[in-house]
Amino acid sequence: MAHKRRELLVDPLVDNNPITLQVLGICSALAVTSSLQVSFVMALAVISVTGFSSMFISMLRNHIPSSIRIIVQMVIIASLVILVDQILKAFAYEISKTLSVFVGLIITNCIVMGRAEAFAMKNPPVASFLDGVGNGLGYGLILMLVGFIRELFGAGSLFGVTILQTVNNGGWYVPNGLLLLPPSAFFVIGLLIWAFRTWKPKQVEEREFKIQTVEAH
Amino acid sequence: MEGLVALAVKAIFVENLALSFFLGMCTFIAVSKKISTAIGLGISVMVVQAITVPTNNLLLTYLLKPGALAWAGFPDVDLTFLGLISYIGVIAAMVQILEMILDKFFPPLYNALGIFLPLITVNCAILGGSLFMVERDYDFAQSTTYGIASGFGWALAITAMAGVREKLKYSDVPDGLQGLGITFITAGLMAMAFMSFSGVKL
Repeated sequence: MAHKRRELLVDPLVDNNPITLQVLGICSALAVTSSLQVSFVMALAVISVTGFSSMFISMLRNHIPSSIRIIVQMVIIASLVILVDQILKAFAYEISKTLSVFVGLIITNCIVMGRAEAFAMKNPPVASFLDGVGNGLGYGLILMLVGFIRELFGAGSLFGVTILQTVNNGGWYVPNGLLLLPPSAFFVIGLLIWAFRTWKPKQVEEREFKIQTVEAH
Repeated sequence: MEGLVALAVKAIFVENLALSFFLGMCTFIAVSKKISTAIGLGISVMVVQAITVPTNNLLLTYLLKPGALAWAGFPDVDLTFLGLISYIGVIAAMVQILEMILDKFFPPLYNALGIFLPLITVNCAILGGSLFMVERDYDFAQSTTYGIASGFGWALAITAMAGVREKLKYSDVPDGLQGLGITFITAGLMAMAFMSFSGVKL
C-alpha cells in the first residue's frame, strides 16, 4: 500500500508527466514562466488546488449524480481557486499583480479537471489527494525548469538575485532578450519534451507517416 | 467607432489569445491535426466568446462591482470576490443553452459543432477573455467587440496551425521531437511571426 502511494506521488513527475506526456495544463505553463519566483508561486497554487479539489471531489464522489458532475466539479474547483486568489492578494500582492488573470485560469486548467474526472471520481480521498499533489508537482517541475532557463539566460538572475552580471550593469553577460518574450516558452518546452523523450524512449510517439528509405545499391 | 476598430485589430493580431497569451493551448494542440475540425472548433469558440464576454460584462456592471447593487438597495455591497465562480457559471450555462438552441433549430450546425461545445466550457481562452475584460475595464460595446475579435483571433491561429501540421506530418522529424515536441516548436515560430504585428499602432 505504502509503495502504491509513493507511486501515485512520483509517477507523474517524469514517467507520466501531465505537461510533456498528456499535454494538459500548458495554457498557464507558458505565460507565467518568464521569472522563477512567479513560476514558483504559480506551481504552489496549482499543487494546492489539484490536491484539495481531488480530495473533496473524491469525498463527494458517491453523492454526485453523473449528469451534473462537471458543474459540481467546477464549483468545487472555482471555490478553491477563489480562496487561493484571495490569499495571494492578501499576502503577496505584487506577485498576484504579475500573475494577473492566470490565477483565475487555474479553474480551466485541464490538469485539475482531468485528474478529477480520471482519478478522483473512482478512488478514495487519500489516494486522490496524493494523485492530485503528484500531478501538481509534475506540472510545477516543468514550470520551474522553464522558469529557471528563461530567467537565468534571459535576465541573468534567479529569484531576482543576479547570477550572471549583465552588460548593462557593467558585467560580461549579454542577456538573450528572446527568452523573456512569449515565443521562447514554446521553444523551451518543445526542447524539454525532446530531452525527456530521449531519456525515456518509451514516450516517443508513433509516426503517422513512414518515410520510405531507399536501400543503397 | 474608430476606437472599437483599433481594439478589434489589436485583439486579433497583436494580443492574439492563443499565440501571445497561450490561452486555450490544450485544445489548440490537441485539435489542430486537421483543418476541417480546426475550423469547426474555431467558429464555436468565436460564437461562445461573442456571447459570454458581453454577458459577463453585464453581470459585472449590474451585480458584482462595488456599488453595483445600488438598484436593489445595497449600495455598499462589493461582490467582486464572487467573480470567478460567476463567470465560469455563466460560461457553462451559455454553452449548455447554445447547445440546446442549436440542437432544436439548426441540427446540421449542431452535428458539425456538437462534440466541441462541451469542450469549450473548460477552454481557457473563453474564461481568459472574460477575465481580461474585467481587468481592462471594458464597457459593454468594447466587450462585445473584444469578444468577437479575440474569438476570431483564436480561430485564425488554430486554423493556421492545423494547416502547418497537415503538411508537417510528411516531414522527417527526429524521433524524440515527433508529435508534441515539433508542435511546440512550430507554435513558437508562429508566435514569433505574430509578434511582428506588435509594431502596428492604430
